Amino acid sequence: MNRIFEHPKSLKYTNTHFCPGCTHGVAHRLIADAIDKLNIREKTIGIPGVGCCVFLYKYFNIDVLEAPHGRAPACATGMKRAQPDKIIFSYQGDGDMAAIGTSEIIHAANRGENISVFFINNSVYGMTGGQMAPTTLLGQQTTTSPYGRDFKTEGYPIKMAEMLATLEGVAYSSRVSLHSPKHINQASKAIQKALEMQINEMGFSVVEMLSTCPTNWRVSPTEALETVDREMIPYFPLGVYKERKGKDFL
Amino acid sequence: MLDRKLTKGNIALAEGAIQAGCMFYFGYPITPQNDIPEYFAKNLPKIGGTFVPAESEIASINMVMGAAASGKRAMTSSSGPGISLMQEGISYMAGSEIPCVIVNIMRSGPGLGGIDPTQGDYNQAVHGGGHGDYSNIVLAPASVQEMFDLTIKAFELADKYRNPAMIIADAMIGQFQEACRLIPEHPVKSYDKNWSLLGCESREPRLLKSLYLGPGEQETHNLDLQKKYRTMEEHEVLYESIGLEDAEVMIIAFGTPSRVAKTAIKELRKNGIKAGLFRPITLFPFPKKEIHEYSKKTGKILVVEMNTGQMLNDVIIASDRNSTVSFFGRPGGGIPYPDEIISHAMKLL
Amino acid sequence: MYHDVIMTGFGGQGIQMISQLVAVASIKKGLNITYLPSYGVEKRGGRTNVTLVISDEEIGSPITNTPSGLIAMDLIGLEFYQPIVARNGLLIVNADLIPDDRIKRDDLNILKIKCNEEALRIGNQKMANMILLGCYIHEIDFLDIDDISRIMHEVLPAHHAESIPDNLNAIKRGMELASSK
Ligand code: SF4
Repeated sequence: MNRIFEHPKSLKYTNTHFCPGCTHGVAHRLIADAIDKLNIREKTIGIPGVGCCVFLYKYFNIDVLEAPHGRAPACATGMKRAQPDKIIFSYQGDGDMAAIGTSEIIHAANRGENISVFFINNSVYGMTGGQMAPTTLLGQQTTTSPYGRDFKTEGYPIKMAEMLATLEGVAYSSRVSLHSPKHINQASKAIQKALEMQINEMGFSVVEMLSTCPTNWRVSPTEALETVDREMIPYFPLGVYKERKGKDFL
Repeated sequence: MLDRKLTKGNIALAEGAIQAGCMFYFGYPITPQNDIPEYFAKNLPKIGGTFVPAESEIASINMVMGAAASGKRAMTSSSGPGISLMQEGISYMAGSEIPCVIVNIMRSGPGLGGIDPTQGDYNQAVHGGGHGDYSNIVLAPASVQEMFDLTIKAFELADKYRNPAMIIADAMIGQFQEACRLIPEHPVKSYDKNWSLLGCESREPRLLKSLYLGPGEQETHNLDLQKKYRTMEEHEVLYESIGLEDAEVMIIAFGTPSRVAKTAIKELRKNGIKAGLFRPITLFPFPKKEIHEYSKKTGKILVVEMNTGQMLNDVIIASDRNSTVSFFGRPGGGIPYPDEIISHAMKLL
Repeated sequence: MYHDVIMTGFGGQGIQMISQLVAVASIKKGLNITYLPSYGVEKRGGRTNVTLVISDEEIGSPITNTPSGLIAMDLIGLEFYQPIVARNGLLIVNADLIPDDRIKRDDLNILKIKCNEEALRIGNQKMANMILLGCYIHEIDFLDIDDISRIMHEVLPAHHAESIPDNLNAIKRGMELASSK
């Protein structure tokens, strides 16, 4: 009999701590599937940021280093330089990467570090209870933008995938979404692409994933999925912003 | 006699690191320690090592964390303001028990301060600096030779105890030159790193972290760390003593003031005053027992520092209650001269 | 044996070079030395000061506020350090840049050398520092010209190797000047 579905080897059997309807779990699953598919589990090391993503080590059946808030790309730099034959990825939320860790992500990308970065954009700070993030949409109410985000005082939502794509060192930058089966399929391909970029030593790869946070958005899981489609995608357009084809950069 | 070469303190330190097997350096420039990154930038690529000019000291220390978590000897160096930025990463490494070496060639502060030598960062290095209940191993070289030897020692101790090790030297020790043997005194020790993250091939996955959220977990982790620190206090204390057998006044100093004190002590003894020197080489673990014993014998203590009295408090705690502890310090780039130490020592008699 | 000396001037006068030569030659003879260059603030305005301590015993302080010698290649250096030279100490000044009336001490062994002029006379104006080094060698008892000549190739940058004989000549000239005073 042909087995067509099984538990990824790269994920442990354990209970999830993610809230009902949170798509962090989907992202975990997709990354684990890609690791399995590329047969790199035994040489992959994950570096989660701080936030809801920090428990990566509870789920992934791989070596894990816990980084300080926002510093995962610097840790990944040190690690990749020390072990260029290993596959190193960071997994960061919007507080981690788009706020406190902007310096580290920009410079790791600009140096063209041969690492992969998975960026979960759910437009709020999840773990600390739904405060405003740099990715919070205009008008979106959070506990620290109770009257809705106003560009006059809080600026505009930051577009990381587009911004990073402008840097020479970046080999691959794309934005995907996790809110529907079709989009999850696209996300799966993007994640695999990012890891392949690293395997082929093409340079820095990043996949931004639009993700839900029903708890802090204060909506139902289904409503959260619709919110991504209705409100996030218009501002954060999906697509590939940069993809290096050959090694002409060398 | 082994060939001794005229060498600058900072260069001896960098060469010591390379000979200790440190192939990974990450750093951001700041005076007065730029000779260190420049030496690595020039020499590491020649031997297959890695030098990364990081975008900040925050990035530097985290790159060190990544390389060190891979089981490699890695280091960074900086001075006051940069070391302040690194405290987050140092605390994480202490908590995750990742060994590394951090060098602080101390310049005067607070704030941007100045680039003159100081020992104003003693408390930062020895009593935390970052958040949480942890200790760094802290070594204080007082000569160019020690810049070389103690850097090797720092890597050995860091690995042995899986703990960050700091070298703190005032800018004078970094900038001056002496004859130095640039060959390790003993074969460099290395330690098995069966905790390093290399990918989980043919074994269970490993994890390096400082987060412990389960009930009582963090407390247990803290107590384990403290146990390790007590072991260091038991086995790793280093100090130098001169003339303490018959001393009527004991000068306690580290780094440059200990050098100046040596000259002062010679003069004092020429004039019939029995002065002696106690020089802590490890600031953590601090030579508490030894200072206690000598303080009982000598009774009169003069602590000399290039700050307003930081190690002073540790000496007061360590000293016998019947001894008197006095202090002479010059903060903010001031350097004590021999005659100043002499007159302060005379006041005690 | 214990000796401490401060050498001072502005950048380009070759203070570092002559102090390095003394330091390395002393180490070769088995002596201990500390070499403390000015850095940072002290260096502003292009100053170069070096404090050298030389001893056959372990050296404590690398700094001194009573040097037994001062080599001043310009007026600023002289004015700054003149007051602290130890009684009966040695003072060597570049008399081309330092007017006689600025030398205030009368309790020192003073050599006023027109080293720039002398350097020109022997055909290389860059040798002024070596002339003063020659004077200094003549006045101290722990080094002679052979000690310097032995290590010159270690201290001089490789591309200046062919200038070693000129340097030694200048040192010799300095020694002559000192002995004729
Ligand atoms: S708080 Fe938000 S991001 Fe965090 S687990 Fe819950 S739903 Fe997911």
